Amino acid sequence: MPRTATTWLLIAAAALIAVLPLLIGSGSHLEEPFAGADAQARGAVAEIDRGYEPWFTAVYEPPSGEIESGIFALQAAIGAGIIGYYFGVVRTRSRLAQEGAVPPEAAPTETAEADSGSTER
Amino acid sequence: MTTVHEVLEVGSPEMHIAEGYLPWQHAAAWTAAAAPFVAHGVRSLTQAVRADPDAKLLVGAAGAFCFVLSALKIPSVSGSCSHPTGTGLGALLFRPPVMAALGTITLLFQALLLAHGGLTTLGANVFSMAVVGPWVAYGAYRLVRAATASAGEQTSLGAAVFCAAALGSLATYTMTSVQLALAFPDSASGFLGSFTKFAGIFSVTQIPLAVIEGLVTVVLVRLLCRVNPDQLRRLGVLPRRTAEASSADAAVATENKAG
Repeated sequence: MPRTATTWLLIAAAALIAVLPLLIGSGSHLEEPFAGADAQARGAVAEIDRGYEPWFTAVYEPPSGEIESGIFALQAAIGAGIIGYYFGVVRTRSRLAQEGAVPPEAAPTETAEADSGSTER
Repeated sequence: MTTVHEVLEVGSPEMHIAEGYLPWQHAAAWTAAAAPFVAHGVRSLTQAVRADPDAKLLVGAAGAFCFVLSALKIPSVSGSCSHPTGTGLGALLFRPPVMAALGTITLLFQALLLAHGGLTTLGANVFSMAVVGPWVAYGAYRLVRAATASAGEQTSLGAAVFCAAALGSLATYTMTSVQLALAFPDSASGFLGSFTKFAGIFSVTQIPLAVIEGLVTVVLVRLLCRVNPDQLRRLGVLPRRTAEASSADAAVATENKAG
């Protein structure tokens, strides 16, 4: 199988596993489906029930769900941006190398290698 | 009065233990346990970058991968949502100590800005996500790599990366269950009974997510193989010897052509 096809297949499989719970309605038996809270957990751990006061509260708590999801989006955007930047830089570098453009800071020995590589191609 | 349900409610979806939800003795002990790993991690991070300045970008990308995946809440078959950890990639590329530093950054961001996890529980969360997860991922990677050495390079690498990311993710929540069970042992069945309960509840949610994390990490490593195989060879992820052999062959070929 070609490598690109396998990669797309892997992505499709990951997406399917993520979407399947929504399609088959895994959350429909719950009062608040797909909330962060694990409703099923409540009954199961009822026996360990024990009084406990949290002794420290969060320094900052997003005042609403909208702001919270905004910060989550920011977190994902920062991460995705850096990953995209990485792939952009690396692809451009390898393309420039293929075109035979030798970066000016490259040492003479590296230049020779790059030249022999391009001759070979 | 807060009950263990609420600990679970607040703690389980993010896989991290919420602020103030570990008794202070536990919080202090986990902080003390995690601190040397983080210090060592920061040192290995600077060493890795100094040894190979080209690796700096990839270190950043590995940290960014952890950042993205930690922000993505994914629905699971249990009817609730949780998120992957993304620590497996960096662990197998740069070895686990580097992830102790990078994972801590992610946890700190979420503790300070999102009220997920917390400062008092940072040590415990760092220990599970940035220490135990990466080490299990790295161990799984090396084991599967050795076991599938006879298989094709792509197959072996794919299988090893998948197991590393998925098992690292599962190990993180298992460790969280251990930490919660130690803090809240069952009155009748003690630590083990409590652990079985916490782990049993989390596993339904986390296993599909671990599979997703494994698949996504494999996709990313495949892309890395394509765009930057030389870097992976320097890191020892792709075999170094064959690379040298093939470049030596290429050199011989050009010499022959020239001569």
